[in-house]
Amino acid sequence: MNPFSSGTRLRDMIRAIRACKTAAEERGVVRKECAAIRAAINENDHDYRHRNLAKLMFIHMLGYPTHFGQMECLKLIASAGFPEKRIGYLGLMLLLDERQEVLMLVTNSLKQDLNHTNQYIVGLALCALGNICSAEMARDLAPEVERLLQFRDPNIRKKAALCSIRIIKKVPELAENFINPAAALLKEKHHGVLITGVQLCTDLCKISEEALEYFRLKCTEGLVKTLKDLVNSPYAPEYDIAGITDPFLHIRLLKLLRVLGQGDEDASECMNDILAQVATKTESNKNAGNAILYECVATIMSIEDNGGLRVLAINILGRFLSNRDNNIRYVALNMLMRAITVDAQAVQRHRATILECVKDLDASIRKRALELVYVLVNETNVKPLTKELIDYLEVSDEDFKGDLTAKICSLVKKFSPEKIWYIDQMLKVLSEAGNFVKDEVWHAVIVVITNSPDLHGYTVRALYRAIQTSADQESLVRVAVWCIGEYGDMLVNNIGMLDVEDPITVTESDAVDIIEIALKHHTSDLTTKAMALIALLKLSSRFPSCSERIKEIVAQYKGSLVLELQQRSIEMNSIISKHQNIRSTLVERMPTLDLLQWEEQQSGSIPTTTSTSAHASINIPNGVAKPSSAPLVDLLDLNSDDVPAPSSSGGDFLHDLLDVDLSKQSGVNHSPNNGTNALMDLLSIGTPTQSSSAISDLLNSGQDNKASVSPLDVLSSPSSNSVQPTSSAGAIDLLDSFATNSPIQENNGPAYPSVVAFESSNLRIGFNFSKLPGNPQTTIIKATFTNLSPSVYTDFIFQAAVPKFLQLHLEPASGNTLPASGNESITQTLRVTNSQHGKKSLVMRIRIAYKMNNKDVLEEGQINNFPQGL
Amino acid sequence: MLASFCGKKVMRELSGVILNRGSKLCNFIEWRGLKVVYKRYASLYFYMCIDQEDNELEVLEIIHQYVEILDRYFGSVCELDLIFNFHKAYFILDELLLAGELQDSSKRAVGHMIAIHDRFVEAVKEEANSISNLIAQVNM
Repeated sequence: MNPFSSGTRLRDMIRAIRACKTAAEERGVVRKECAAIRAAINENDHDYRHRNLAKLMFIHMLGYPTHFGQMECLKLIASAGFPEKRIGYLGLMLLLDERQEVLMLVTNSLKQDLNHTNQYIVGLALCALGNICSAEMARDLAPEVERLLQFRDPNIRKKAALCSIRIIKKVPELAENFINPAAALLKEKHHGVLITGVQLCTDLCKISEEALEYFRLKCTEGLVKTLKDLVNSPYAPEYDIAGITDPFLHIRLLKLLRVLGQGDEDASECMNDILAQVATKTESNKNAGNAILYECVATIMSIEDNGGLRVLAINILGRFLSNRDNNIRYVALNMLMRAITVDAQAVQRHRATILECVKDLDASIRKRALELVYVLVNETNVKPLTKELIDYLEVSDEDFKGDLTAKICSLVKKFSPEKIWYIDQMLKVLSEAGNFVKDEVWHAVIVVITNSPDLHGYTVRALYRAIQTSADQESLVRVAVWCIGEYGDMLVNNIGMLDVEDPITVTESDAVDIIEIALKHHTSDLTTKAMALIALLKLSSRFPSCSERIKEIVAQYKGSLVLELQQRSIEMNSIISKHQNIRSTLVERMPTLDLLQWEEQQSGSIPTTTSTSAHASINIPNGVAKPSSAPLVDLLDLNSDDVPAPSSSGGDFLHDLLDVDLSKQSGVNHSPNNGTNALMDLLSIGTPTQSSSAISDLLNSGQDNKASVSPLDVLSSPSSNSVQPTSSAGAIDLLDSFATNSPIQENNGPAYPSVVAFESSNLRIGFNFSKLPGNPQTTIIKATFTNLSPSVYTDFIFQAAVPKFLQLHLEPASGNTLPASGNESITQTLRVTNSQHGKKSLVMRIRIAYKMNNKDVLEEGQINNFPQGL
Repeated sequence: MLASFCGKKVMRELSGVILNRGSKLCNFIEWRGLKVVYKRYASLYFYMCIDQEDNELEVLEIIHQYVEILDRYFGSVCELDLIFNFHKAYFILDELLLAGELQDSSKRAVGHMIAIHDRFVEAVKEEANSISNLIAQVNM
């Protein structure tokens, strides 16, 4: 006896480990054993190698590292005796996997053992090979295995068949070599060989087209006969399970027939009878019988159409579905998923039962049923089904809610017949399970809301009610905060009441209360708080009476440790206190967010940035870049990091500024770039750097994109027409009708009389008209501003807006200081294109802002006296 | 059919999920995109991870085959039998399944193979004992 051997036997070690009371104790025992085993390995002890490996395997099963024992497996496999080889191969399969390089060293031993005289050792080798061989090993040893497919002993043949399966899975090119031997196996009588042979053929068909053709042609009839014999065979005690002879063979045969019959009329024809027989004759009171029926139904569903068989199959499924056994119901639901593609009508008939399964106690059944319901929904049944699902949402488990919510949202989005229904359902989902709703979903809700102007009042009131009860659902709070901010006036004044609504009294103060609660709630995260701040700004404009109160609320965040909130708070406070004249224009009603472009972006065609900490409520683009809220936020946001500046949205936004054509269009823009300049001047912020690069990428227009052009630069070079502030440049480019760098043309067309467009006690504006030759629709207007007062005007900004059928483009003004008493004037060029040239004449609304004696002055007017024919 | 990843973490997680299932629920769960079939025998759970196209009901039968073979081999198998003779449990499993597929549908055939293997091992042991006896005698 080797004096250094580890003394304990396997069973003693196991006993010792099981006796341990704590994890530390167990680790101690294991460590001691491992040390002893390591010592024995170093000594090259072969007496106890067998036992040591067994111990190592147990230790491995407990989860401890045992890689030092891998070579021991190899040594044992290389030993001469059967017991050593047996434990060695087992160790190989347990301790190693195909990724280890050590495995390659076994190839030689395997080759020798595959040729061993002792057939049981051959069996061991086949087993190991079949369980863990790698692709290289498979390639090396495939010829041996092929040969063994024809071995004299059926036990080896069956092992070789299964081993071949692994080989062809690892090295598909070798599949052809196995076709003929596999076909031969199909004619055997030994059940083990038949089962494995059929399995090999099935896998061959999946991997190789050639095999599929071959088997289909040559073997289908034989297989049908084999199955027939099996079904009609007398009682065979060795293979009997629950009164059926060899259900496993039944199932394998059915599987192979499925593969052969799929897509082939003749093969399918061939098997119709036997399938009918199996479907009708098999007893379904025991699991074995049901397993066969399940396989049979799967086969019927997959092969070429035979009306009678299909009806049979659906009936079986119907019976399964109402079976009390949960397992049976589960597989029925599984099968119905596949049956839908074949006969959707039949499945629809079982809709009620399936819906019941969604509420089942069993999580697996619920899951399957939900998937099935999802597939069953169509335009006609979407309303009642959705109602059922949403009702269930209230009572479902937490872990199921996520799935259920996602499915409901998806259904509602796909099938909603009208917007009001969509909004209703989504509000319910948000109230119930808002925390499970993904960001894109509640973004989409807002997009749809903006696209339904007649429902704005209804929606905001519904949200108001909802947020009272479900304030813990974050997404709901966000959507509500956004809507109340936007449509607060509708809420308070009960605008747009629908017949189905009850009247509701909400004061301005109530609305502000809600936002304040959302802002201060401890569960509100950064996005919600940021949205609340913006909403408050909007409300401060819509409800002037609450302005002071809002200012105080907002001021509380001036010192916030979160940069985003601090910044917003300071900027908004500044707007509320000092810039009342533009406040209302800043927070005017949002235009509709373009639904189509939003969806396009969702499917990934247009890149977008979605930083959750970022701007207002929405990270959805309107057009290419960010939505209309963005310009507002960008302008106010000194550190807009990764967000491209608005492009066409810029246009929309400016559109709103000038109070023209609210919120209906996202395409046509009449943006005077002056507007943007003006705001930036006022707020003394340069355009964010990123925006220009983003825009220039997108637009490729060869713009002079001086990203950080400060307005001051623009002002200081009043005569340069080429300097364009980026965001407006962007806006213009997308709209395609504006060529920002085009020089002013000479007046070559018919002359039109100049007019005094506007005159007040302080200011006169004159317009000179010219047209480009060959372009009668476009008029070039040279505006001259004259100061009629004795004081100098500073920060002079002219804005203009035109109705839809006109397009307006403003060049930068020559300056923004207007000396007193008409000593000098500012000029600015406008270009107007009249799409209704000849039918309608030009009309324009203007707004002029300037500072006189440090007081802000705003003048507005409408110009109606354009000459005819422009 | 049988999943080849058997990391301890995976097994612990899966075991947790299965142990939490109520007794009346169906024997199939979907876990991490895979199908798992399990069956409980007294205090023992047997579970198998299968492919999407496998027949779950059949797998239940396979598990039952295995348990019956174990029962026949150990004579009223209990948990301790499997713990102290885990290697034998594996040997039996390797006669029933190979490359994740069923080798033979006859319990008798599987048991017969195992019996032959055991006889081999016994024969070798006897031979070894007789040789060492001889050597011991010689040395004495």
